[in-house]
Amino acid sequence: MSSMKKTKARDPVWLQVLLISTAISFVTLFLLMPLAVVFFEALRGGIGAYLKGFQDRAAWQAIRLTLIATGISLPLNLVFGVAAAWAIAKFEFKGKSVLLTLIDLPFAVSPIISGLIYVLMFGLQGWLGPWLKEHDLQVIFATPGIVLATIFVTFPFVARELIPLMQEQGSDEEQAAISLGANGWQTFWRVTVPNIKWALLYGVILCNARAMGEFGAVSVVSGHIRGKTNTLPLHIEILYNEYNVIAAFAMASLLALLGLVTIVLKSFLEWKLKQESLESLI
Amino acid sequence: MSIEVCNVTKTFGSYTALRDVSLKVDDGELVTLLGPSGSGKTTLLRIIAGLEIADDDGRGKVYFQGENVAKRAVGERQVGFVFQHYALFRHMSVIENIAFGLRVRPRKQRPSDKVIRERVMELLKLIQLEAFGNRFPSQLSGGQRQRVALARALAIEPRVLLLDEPFGALDAKVRQGLRTWLRRLHDELNMTTILVTHDQEEALEVADRVVVMNQAKIEQAASPAEVFHNPASEFVMDFLGNVNVFRGRIEGGQALLDGMTVAVPDTKGHATGPANVYVRPHELEIERTRASDASLKAHVARINPAGSSAKIALTCSDGAEVQVDLPYERFRQLNLQTGELVYVTARRARVFVPEYQI
Repeated sequence: MSSMKKTKARDPVWLQVLLISTAISFVTLFLLMPLAVVFFEALRGGIGAYLKGFQDRAAWQAIRLTLIATGISLPLNLVFGVAAAWAIAKFEFKGKSVLLTLIDLPFAVSPIISGLIYVLMFGLQGWLGPWLKEHDLQVIFATPGIVLATIFVTFPFVARELIPLMQEQGSDEEQAAISLGANGWQTFWRVTVPNIKWALLYGVILCNARAMGEFGAVSVVSGHIRGKTNTLPLHIEILYNEYNVIAAFAMASLLALLGLVTIVLKSFLEWKLKQESLESLI
Repeated sequence: MSIEVCNVTKTFGSYTALRDVSLKVDDGELVTLLGPSGSGKTTLLRIIAGLEIADDDGRGKVYFQGENVAKRAVGERQVGFVFQHYALFRHMSVIENIAFGLRVRPRKQRPSDKVIRERVMELLKLIQLEAFGNRFPSQLSGGQRQRVALARALAIEPRVLLLDEPFGALDAKVRQGLRTWLRRLHDELNMTTILVTHDQEEALEVADRVVVMNQAKIEQAASPAEVFHNPASEFVMDFLGNVNVFRGRIEGGQALLDGMTVAVPDTKGHATGPANVYVRPHELEIERTRASDASLKAHVARINPAGSSAKIALTCSDGAEVQVDLPYERFRQLNLQTGELVYVTARRARVFVPEYQI
């Protein structure tokens, strides 16, 4: 029996133990512990002190602004992502690779730069600065700027999830639908969407997590006007800089909870996607 | 419904898929488009369907019962298209797949749910999958999926049925069964049907007429018997069935090969000169003794007796290989052994003379 085990192609047990324990310690040290610390510190003064952090009006403004920025950028990036993935997967056109590169741009660029480009475009000294001032419109240091920066950094998520999937699925089913007399809309809703729905949700979850947690880009365009142009991450920074530690961690626990929910949903969707791809292989 | 394709050319960038192709299909005919990959057969089918549009050179036309449909979108042509890889809607059940074409009709033309359900049930019965209505494509076998794809195409009551290598992805026995079933279905429905395939056995067995295509052109469009026994070109003869090619000379209505002479009356009027002489394996005969001066000396290289005819591979004096198919009884009679010296004669041969001489 034991001689059979030795002849099998298998990593030695000590190696397995070493790798697994290294991975676990990494995850514990860099992920689990900080996450635990957030909740630990937030509840250090008890539930009362924890809830006090939520009584601040500025806190609710920050939460509201985060929800607005996310609420606008999510649907826009959803529509864009589906459109871009459709065009790339189903059509042949010049500049396809350029489009693909551009879609990945927000990932390659530092978040600070992502915010700075909007300041350079819409700021007072920017390209459209004078025009905006004339028409009494404000983009930078106001909500529109924050929304734009959020859209930019969450741009690629939906598209990147859908493109490989739609390329793999090809356009046979859509062609079949059209040959049976369906028009564009019917084909899209009845055939395309059901085929991409799990990947779409996955992209949306990622998009949402990034939109709500974005710091760098939003920090540049925000102006940090307390109660007006702060999102939740920015508000947390302000609280912490004022040594209002418990309130800071209380707010941070919201983002941590969001992170946990995201991970759970993400895992579920990954499992769903794997199931689907296995079925399609039969 | 009759279909006529006139002078259709189709290029994809620098690649020509169809070059000035014309074809006529009569109402109720079952035609197969046969050819190797890249011959243009799928492109032709898709142009008839409307999934591709012919080059706009002012000459290409597609007529359905005399009506020019070249500019019409596929959804408006009322064609039933069956894709090579079925293209079933993976998130819909078998019933929903078949009902799709009827459900997406504009409100005015849409039949009631009851009528749709009845029609779907009828079709399920036709394809013999009544118990599988609620299954999903991933739960069906290849043959079952193909039948559902066919039912889905038939649901919209198309004027013509177009099938793109429908049995390509199935194993031999299933393919055989579906082939027979399709032919019977066609005889029952009498719908004009065009089928693309690279499998010559399929094409010859199922079709009223076979259209042999090669390199963006039609080589021959005729009945299976005609195409096999009277091929119009070297390509057709070579593509269908097995063939031996001899390099010889034609002289006065005879083909002179290495020791063997065959009468080729078609070439009587042609000048003497070198030619490729084509002989089918079953048109060759083997004898132990030299029957006449007109026979080829050869050694038996390999014998394959497994089949309705025994396949003998022989090597000639110049090293060329010759394939002979003998009826099994004749093979038993001769009791050939490998390495034996035998004499080969040809009953019939074809010579293809080029239309122009350089």
